[in-house]
Amino acid sequence: MAIADKSATTDGKTPGPGLRPDFPILERRINDRRLVYLDNAASSQKPESVLQALDGFYRHHNANVHRGIHTLSQEATDLYEGARAKVAAFVGARQASQIIWTRGTTESINLVAHSWGRKFLQPGDEILTTELEHHSNIVPWQFLAKATGSVLKYVPVPEHDTLLGADDFARMFTPRTRLVALTQMSNVVGTVLPVKEIAEIAHQHGAVVLVDGAQSVPHMPVDVVDLDVDFMAFSAHKMLGPTGVGALYGRMELLRTMDPYQGGGDMIATVSMEKSTWNAVPHKFEAGTPYISGPIGLGSAVDYLAALGMENVQAHEREITEYALESLGKIPRLTLYGPRDPLSRGAVIAFNVEDVHPHDIGQVLDSQGVAVRAGHHCAQPLMRVLGVGSTVRASFYVYNSRDDVDALVDAIATAKGYFSD
Amino acid sequence: MLDDLYKEIILDHYKSPRNRGEAPGYDIKARGLNPLCGDDIELTLTVEDGIIKEARFAGHGCSISQASASMLTEELEGRSVADAVGLADRVREMLKGGDEADADDLGDIEALRGVQKFPVRIKCATLAWNALKLGIQEHENGSAGSMDRTESGAAIFTDE
Repeated sequence: MAIADKSATTDGKTPGPGLRPDFPILERRINDRRLVYLDNAASSQKPESVLQALDGFYRHHNANVHRGIHTLSQEATDLYEGARAKVAAFVGARQASQIIWTRGTTESINLVAHSWGRKFLQPGDEILTTELEHHSNIVPWQFLAKATGSVLKYVPVPEHDTLLGADDFARMFTPRTRLVALTQMSNVVGTVLPVKEIAEIAHQHGAVVLVDGAQSVPHMPVDVVDLDVDFMAFSAHKMLGPTGVGALYGRMELLRTMDPYQGGGDMIATVSMEKSTWNAVPHKFEAGTPYISGPIGLGSAVDYLAALGMENVQAHEREITEYALESLGKIPRLTLYGPRDPLSRGAVIAFNVEDVHPHDIGQVLDSQGVAVRAGHHCAQPLMRVLGVGSTVRASFYVYNSRDDVDALVDAIATAKGYFSD
Repeated sequence: MLDDLYKEIILDHYKSPRNRGEAPGYDIKARGLNPLCGDDIELTLTVEDGIIKEARFAGHGCSISQASASMLTEELEGRSVADAVGLADRVREMLKGGDEADADDLGDIEALRGVQKFPVRIKCATLAWNALKLGIQEHENGSAGSMDRTESGAAIFTDE
């Protein structure tokens, strides 16, 4: 049987409500309303093609990878490694082996902290990050600083627009700066950072650059070679793929010198009772039987996105962002956070309504079929900068439309109705 | 259905909280935090001869957590400490959906019954009552219980 390569079904399609039929879950009704799914920064929905790739693997090709002589094992390996090549191409990596499968962005960052950081950082070395970061790009560095005696520093974020330029980073470098760990797009306020310029400055100072691409890779064209970054971490489930899988892109010279991450099968070259030697990159970092269908699902997801074209995805989201900022900006007693210029941000919009707690807004919105996130969004340092404990967050993706923004605005009016005097 | 959650009396307690602040010279203090949603409530109680003389609350969170704490402080004044524990148990039972829970004499608190239909909000309503029980237990045993805590001493309650 031929290996099913579920190619994307998006030929000729463009981002927008026309994609809704591709996403079975969007047919659901929530509290007797059309589902308006605006929690994409937390997790995206999955198209039929991805669901079929996941199901099809178990139905037709399931076996362990990198081991068997038999047909199924070979098919499973081809699909699994084929997905690595697709994902590498999607982010512009030169070689498929520069993509390491992980459980997601969080594990990708922890892998670098463990396998690069613990090996190469010395007491007094400095790690530079920002106040915009998700906890997953803060806490692993706190662990690393404690373990190695290195120092964690934060680029301060201005409260009024949350924008950071290359200059804001430039003034933070010292001769001890060894690593810059930054997000490409804030998961709370959508701020997009000039990663290419920052990476250039970092490299002039001899520092390694790790980018949290959890929000950027799903929503804009990302080319790791053009950006010239050393590591890029991202998650499948925020880009139409399954949960539980993500990737770490790494510069090959660094990946070769790094220590393994976990010990076990598949990551070794030889094992004697005294010692072991390591398999080649990327397998050195992938101990044990992996989540085989996960990367295959992600491969299908990048097929879908690549067929849409990431420039088109970004243009679509900019248009929605502009419309949403304009619509939300007209609501009295509503505060918007983050950049006001749609060109310097992604389609992640944080806001609060005066005297109404974000969870109460979220509850009323749910009653209207509108799904948003409310809380601190795993970014408590940023909440402190903004002077709030939590916010409501609406985040958009390829299947959202202006109608969804209108539904959000109407639902906010309903929420205000409950809480106004 | 939303009206079952956001009853007038709850919104009134949220907008005009009773007994906000810290009870001067308090004998019992307890802080409960839900790190998942950020609801944070600190209760302070003064006790004389086993009777609660004053109860106040501080902190922040959603309307349900704050209204529940406000109602709690109103309901506690004049009750014995033992009675307060019994009340906390009954309220928690009611919020978690116990049909037999005797809620007839719970006053305003009965309005919180609507959270039963919104399972994720039950923990908002129980937070103050969980903190109350913990504070009284610690006061009586003279030691901190075995709860997970933040560095500032808030007990962590992630579910109801």
